[in-house]
Formats: sequence, structure tokens, C-alpha cells
Amino acid sequence: MTTRVLVAEDEPNIVESLSFILNRSGCDVTSVTDGEAALTSIRANRPNVVILDVMLPKMNGFEVLKAVRSDASVKDIPIIILTAKGQSQDRRMAEEIGANAFVTKPFSNQHIIETVQKLTSPSGELT
Amino acid sequence: MLSGNLVFAVSLGYVILLFLVAFWGDKKARTGSSALFQSPLIYTLSISVYCTSWTFYGAVGSAVRSGLEFATIYIGPTIVFIGFWYLLRKLVRIGRVHRITSIADLLSSRYGKGESLAVLVTLIAVIGTTPYIALQLKAVTNSFQVISGTVVSDLAHPVFGDPDYTTAFWIAFGMAIFTIVFGTRNIDANERHHGVVAAIALEALVKLFALLAVGLFVVFSLADGPGEVFSWAPPDFLKTEDVFGPRWVSLTFLAATAVICLPRQFQVTVVENSDERHLFTASWMFPLYLMLISLFVLPIAIAGLKFLPETANPDMFVLTLPMAMNQHTLALIAFLGGFSSATSMVIVACIALSTMVSNHIVMPLALRLPWIEMKASGDIRKLLLFSRRASICLVLLLGFIYFRLSAKSDALASIGLIAFLGVAQFLPSLIGGLYWRQASAKGAFAGLAAGFMLWLYTLFFPSFEGQFVMPLSVIENGPWGITFLQPQALFGLTDMDPLVHALFWSLSINTFLFVIVSVIFDPKPLERLQGALFVDVFRTPADNESRFIRRYAASSDLFVLAQRILGTNTAYRLFSDFAKKQGVSGHLPRADDEFIGHLERELAGSVGAATARAMISQVVKGETISLDELMKIVDETQQVIDYSRQLEVKSHQLQQTARQLRDANERLKQLDLQKDDFLSQVSHELRTPMTSIRSFAQILLETPDMTVEETQRFTGIILEESMRLTRLLDEILDLARLEGEQVPWVLQRVDPEETLERAVETCHGLASQAATEIRFGDRVGDIEVKAEADRLRQVYLNLITNAIKYNTSDTPVITIRTTLEDDRYCVYIQDNGEGIRADDRERIFKKFSRGWRESKDSRSGTGLGLAISWQIMQRLQGDLELLPQIPGDGACFRVTLPFDSIKTSKAAE
Repeated sequence: MTTRVLVAEDEPNIVESLSFILNRSGCDVTSVTDGEAALTSIRANRPNVVILDVMLPKMNGFEVLKAVRSDASVKDIPIIILTAKGQSQDRRMAEEIGANAFVTKPFSNQHIIETVQKLTSPSGELT
Repeated sequence: MLSGNLVFAVSLGYVILLFLVAFWGDKKARTGSSALFQSPLIYTLSISVYCTSWTFYGAVGSAVRSGLEFATIYIGPTIVFIGFWYLLRKLVRIGRVHRITSIADLLSSRYGKGESLAVLVTLIAVIGTTPYIALQLKAVTNSFQVISGTVVSDLAHPVFGDPDYTTAFWIAFGMAIFTIVFGTRNIDANERHHGVVAAIALEALVKLFALLAVGLFVVFSLADGPGEVFSWAPPDFLKTEDVFGPRWVSLTFLAATAVICLPRQFQVTVVENSDERHLFTASWMFPLYLMLISLFVLPIAIAGLKFLPETANPDMFVLTLPMAMNQHTLALIAFLGGFSSATSMVIVACIALSTMVSNHIVMPLALRLPWIEMKASGDIRKLLLFSRRASICLVLLLGFIYFRLSAKSDALASIGLIAFLGVAQFLPSLIGGLYWRQASAKGAFAGLAAGFMLWLYTLFFPSFEGQFVMPLSVIENGPWGITFLQPQALFGLTDMDPLVHALFWSLSINTFLFVIVSVIFDPKPLERLQGALFVDVFRTPADNESRFIRRYAASSDLFVLAQRILGTNTAYRLFSDFAKKQGVSGHLPRADDEFIGHLERELAGSVGAATARAMISQVVKGETISLDELMKIVDETQQVIDYSRQLEVKSHQLQQTARQLRDANERLKQLDLQKDDFLSQVSHELRTPMTSIRSFAQILLETPDMTVEETQRFTGIILEESMRLTRLLDEILDLARLEGEQVPWVLQRVDPEETLERAVETCHGLASQAATEIRFGDRVGDIEVKAEADRLRQVYLNLITNAIKYNTSDTPVITIRTTLEDDRYCVYIQDNGEGIRADDRERIFKKFSRGWRESKDSRSGTGLGLAISWQIMQRLQGDLELLPQIPGDGACFRVTLPFDSIKTSKAAE
């Protein structure tokens, strides 16, 4: 079954590159450019994995993550936090709120793909 | 009625008891076991000599006549002892250090040890106190007559007829004997009179006990408690509208002054004080005593009004009330209480006055008489003792004569307050002397003399109601009919209570002259020195004087002088002790400045400062007061004060510096935070384009089967992001330069309108791409401003491109208009988009604060443009503001620049 990925990112070029590499690895990619749209899409489409940028308009990535984790219907969906800041407190905060993975910009394409695959494999957990 | 013999016997027995107590006290003191007599309790009780028969009997009378007015007499001293005990402490300290013998000695010593001031003070004290003594004699005589019924057989008609002068005389005689025996045992007037103080303390207990006994009898025997007593009060009793009125306040003030200035109070509080710490006890115990003794004044007054006939004299209620109730024992106790009040006052007043009279009037005169001139054979001690005893007799005789002359009139009734105001004249010089170095003898003399004269004229003489010195016509119409000089309405000050009137004139003129004359005539060196020693008594040792007064004398001459006053034994002990201290063999010390100063103070304890100085001057060969050295000592004290003031200033400065450092540190921390924030933001902004570049580069590298279109497209993105990265770095550097540059820009004349037009032209391409119309509104004509054209253009460009890029309208329009407002040239750049969100407005000029709104080309924004523009406008001495949002309008920015109006008007021509 095809892995459905939601990319929430407001930089169009980054959305484009992510869509390209994920499509090529066999994923079905949907993208949104703000936090509210991300939450709506997660609830409506229940993607298999979400790549969530932190600096999003309207609702930032952490807020979206929090809302997802406290919504019983979607709380198990794996989420990868994507950030350009990359400071350690951001990472800690992401882990505390319940992110499954944390990727800093600029990222390695391979690393993104591997992370998505691990999170959607039957074991369901990052090893 | 009690039999006269019984009353006489009890009185005699009481007097004998007093003699025994005094004798016992003196003996105990001599044998050294005087702990009891040097206790704070005895000290406090002796201060209660303040409560005379005028208080004992008169308070009730005063309450009947004037309601709560009687309370002022107790409130005044209470205020002094509770609120001003540090003033008393200073007095006591000075009294001990300078061996002060009386209030006259204190003032004379403070103001350069002059004789004339001492004489004036003594004169005022005698004139003020003599009638007061007469009042005590009258009270005792009256009470004796009342209780023994020698004159009055019918209480309803207490017409005393001729007072019993014989009784009065013997009472005066008895008191003279007592005072002479126990008050002049030793000529050292500064030495404590333990026997007298013991007797006074006993009397203080007796009068308190008597008043409490009568009071308790009234409240709990005649009535069923205080409630019932007060229910008897006539409706107009306690007319309270005068409370806190001018007279009420004046009386309180007078009572407060009296407890410091009355010669007898000065005697017990300052001269008889053996330990400064006793004041601490007295400061609460004496007010307590006053409270207790005044506790039953109102009940006794009310009961007297209820049970005694209307014609009964309220001044005798304390005595007549128990008598009317057939309580003979109680009446006898009350009599003894009144007797105690009177005798204790007379005894202490006599000691105080006799010291003053003998030291300041008799001795100086005697020293001038040729036959008493300092010869080896003369014995000053005998003369001194004789003069003191004679003074006691004289004072009592004066009191008796006064009583004899005025007993029938009412003149005595208000003499207590008259005496209070008389001695209140000492207050300005006293307080000034303790706290004001500039106060001079001339000032003190002028103030005292004027105050004394005014007191005589406005209060003392008028109190005789035409029977003494001042005829009635003068009192009523003024001298020679000049109403302007009317004694009780001086200088047209009519409608005033006579006492308040006299208080106002005498004390205000007194204080005024004291201050003015002191300021005009500088104190002489010795006054200045004494002033420094008195004012700074807690700082400077007493023998400072010897440090700058140069005196030379033969030790043997000094010894001859000393033994005449102190007696051979005492003088020998004094001299040999000092010789031992100096390390000199034999019994005669070196007569250096220090010793002469020491001797002078010892002698002052006996004869007062003025006389002691006069005597020493006769013996010493040369006396020079070096002004230089005097100034040195005054300066030294001044330096200490200056130094502590400097310290205060320093510590204040330190505090300020510390605060500034703290503020600076806070600012640095803030800056550091801002820097961290900035770096983190820069990192974020740089990472974003780099992410795209890296990702697409990887795609290009790792995807073998890419279409040509895809390759071109991805390469384009890499190029675009690279340019964005470059632009970002440029702007960061630009901003850093703007913020870091310290040198002000050299501004040139610029036509801002032309610059604006060029900026708009540059934007045409971008505008047409975005289908945005740029319109001009009103414009300023020819104008020149000081600016830098390129930088100004940069600001215009930034604002216009922002307005194009972030305009969300379907038909985007930008309106630009320029105006002159006051001294400023203003450019308004307005779009018709949705405006800027309220929470973004605050941070719009901050770095990387790109609003999170849909932009048509978000990739081109760096978030630094407005921050740079704002910085530029600050450097151009102008401003860049976002105008308040008007609903329905887009965002409107205003650029302002100062302009030179002259240039503009020229341009307009």
C-alpha cells in the first residue's frame, strides 16, 4: 500500500524538493503551507506520516503537534519535525511534545526518506 | 470640724517625720549606702514637686470653673517627658559636665560666663517665684483654717476674713529652718541634697495617696462607681468647646515649658540628677504619676458641686468634701496632701532661688567689696553659706510679705500661670543655647530683657487689678490714655485672652530679638567656645576649654583660693589628687591650663560659673584666649560634621554608581539576548535557502533519469535561492554597518521629490508584473532637505516594493503623497491591501519580522528591509513610522525628514 505523506511547509522550493524525492521513493505526497491547514488535513486524511515545519504561519509546528497528540482520533500518526533552527532546546521540546523524529535543515534527502520509511514500517518505531 | 490642736499636732508630727527622713537620707548618703536615694523611683518622685498645692487643690477648682482646661497642666509635662526626653538628657549631661548649679548658672555659663545674664535670670526667677511661694503659704493657711474651723464655722459662707498671718508666718519659718538645715549642709550647690530629695519623694507619695483616697471615697463610697458620679454632672459641666482653642494650646505649651524652665524643676531634674539613665525611667513614670494624680479631679469636682453649697469655694473641695461627709480622717489626709504639695514646692524653690541669689547677686557683690577682697585670712565658705541661708530667709520673707499684701485680693488665683509665663522667657535662650552655636550673650540678654518687660507689662502688673504699680486706668485705657499701648490689648491686638496675648507678645518679641541680635552681634570667643561645648556636649570632652585658653598662675595662690571656697580638706584632696595625676611630687600640682580649667569647674559647682571665673581671674597672671586656637577647635568639630556629611554624599554617590552599573548590566544582558536572538534568526534565514540548494543539488546528482525540463527547473531554483542567499548576506552586512557605524553621515542638499520619483520609476517593472497601479496624491513643490540621496532612495524603494509585494487586493493600488507639516517634510506611502495585523504592528521594524501573510513572492523577502529603512531614517535625523490602521484602508507608512524652511521659501519664490 502506498505511503501517504503530508508535508506542511511554507517555503515552496522546499515543498517541491520534498515532494520530488518522496514521490520517487513511492510515496503519495500532499502539501499545505500553514499550521491550520496542516491540522485540518491530518484530521481529514489521516496520512501515514507528517513532515511538519516548525516556523509555520497561523499555527506553528509545535502547536500542531500538540493538537494532534491530544486528539484521540489522530494521535498515533507519526510526525517528523523539520526545523531550520536546530537548537537543542527545540529538539527537546519536540521530543517532549511527542515528535517521532527531528530533522534539521538543510537535510540529506536520503535521511528524510529513511526516516519516513522507518516510521511507516510494520514495527512502527524508529530504531 | 477638727480641733485646731489636733491638726497642729498632726502637722507637727508630719514635719518631724520629714526632718527624720531628710536626716536619715543625708546620713545614708554620707555613709555611702545611698542606693535607695539614687534610684530612678526617688528621682521621678522628686520631679513631681511640679504638682504644688495649686495643682492639688486648684485642679478641682479649675475643672469646676473651666472644664477640661485643668488637663493642660498635666498634658504639657507629659509631652516633654515622653516626646522631648532627649532635650532633657542634653540638659542633664551639660549640667553634670559643667557642674551647673541652677538655670541662671546654665544660661550664664553657656553665654560666656557673664554676670549680667545670670543676674537677669535670677531676677526673673525671683519675681516669678515669690508670688508662687505666697500662693503655697496661702493654700496651707487656708486649708489649716478650714480644717480646724478657726475662721469658718459655716461651710456655706466660707468668708475667710483676715487670713491667719500668724499661722502663715510660722509655716514659712518652719520651711526656712528645714531648707537651711537640709539645703545648705554643703556649699557645693551642685552636690545632691539627698535628705531633701528623700523628704520630697515622701511628700510626693503622700499627696498622691491623699488625692487618690479622696477620689476613691467619692467614686466608691459617695457614689456607686464612676458612672454614677458622672451622671451627677451639671449639664453645662465640661464646656469642651475651648479644647484645642488658643488658650488651651497656650496652657499646654506653658506647662510644657514650665517643667523645663521653672527653677525648682531645673533643680530636681538637672541639678539633683545622679544618673542620666534615671531619665529613661522618669520619661514614663512621671507621666504615669501625673495621670494618677489627675485621675479623680473630675469626680471630686462633680461631687463637690452636688453635695456642697453653691457658695463653697471649689478650690477647697478636696478638703471640704470629706469634711462635709464627716470623714475626719480622710480630711486630715487631704490636708496633709495639700500641706505636702505646698511645702515640697517651697523647699525646692527656696534651694534653687537661694543658690541663684547667693551665687549671682550676693557673691559677685561681695567680691567687689574691699573688705572681703581676697586675702589669705578671709573665708569665702562662711560668707557663701551665710549668703545662701540669708537668701533662703529672704525668699521666704518676700513670699510671706507678698502673701500679707495680697491675701485678700484674688491676685493669687492665677499666679501659677503667671509664673509659668515668667519662666517661659528662659526658653528661647535655653533651646537656642543647646542647639545653635551662633546664639550670643547679647542676643540672649536682649531677648530675655524684652520678654521679661513685656511679661511684667502685659500680665504680671495687670494681674494686681490696679492695686500694685499699675493703676486701673492704665490697664483699662492704656498709659496716658493711649489705647494702642493698653497692656492687655497691645498694639491693637484686642479680643484676646490676656494670657494668650501676653504669651504671644512676650515670647515672640523675646525669640525675635534673641535671633536677630545673635545674628548681628557675633558671639565673643569664650561664648563661641562655650556654645561649641554645649551644643556638642555629646561629642566633646569638658576639658576642651583648657586646650586653647592660656592661663598662668602660682599653684599656691590657687590653693589659697580653693581652700577658701571648698574648705582646706577638700581643696587639699583635690590638689594632691591632681598632682598625682600629673606625676608631680608633693601636694601642689603644676598650674597648667588643664588644672586651672579643672579647678574652675570644681569652684563653679559651688559658686556658679560666672563667680568661679571671676575668682580665678583674680589669681591667674595672664589670660589669653587664642582666637586661632579657638577657631581650630570649632573647626575640628565642624570638620567632623563636614566629614560625616561627605561620607553621606559619598555613600549616596556609591549607591547611584551601583544602580548605574546594575542598569548597564541589565542593558548588556538585554543586548546579549538580542544578539543571541539575532544570530539564531540569521541562522534560520540562511538555512532556508541552503536547504533548497542542498536538496536540489542532491536530486540533480542522484537522479539519473531526469527530464531536461526538470533539470532546468531545479537548476533555476538553485540559482534563485543562491541569489536570495547573497541578498540576505548583503542586507545583514548593511544592517550591521548601519547599526555599528559611529561617524555621523555627511548630509547633502537633496531634492527628496526627485529622489522619490526615481524610486517609483525603478519599481515600475515590478509594479506592472503585479498589475499594481502607483498613484501620486498631493505633492510638495520645490524643496530641499539635508539627506543622502542613495540611502533615501533605498528607503523609498523598500517601502514601495513592500507595498507591491504584500498587497493582497484584487486591484492593487499604491498612493504616494507628500506634505509639509510644521518643520518636517512627510512622505505617505499607502497601499490598499488588508493592512498589517495588530500583533505584527509592534515588531514590524524589528529584524526578520516579515509578517506572516500571503505574499505573492515570499521568497524575495528577507525580513530585514524595514529594519534597514528604519535605521537609515534615524541616521538621516528623520523617522519612519507605520501609521495607525484605519479599518478598510491598507497599510500606510510615513517617512519624515527635517527641512530648512529658509531654503524652502527661497525655492518657492
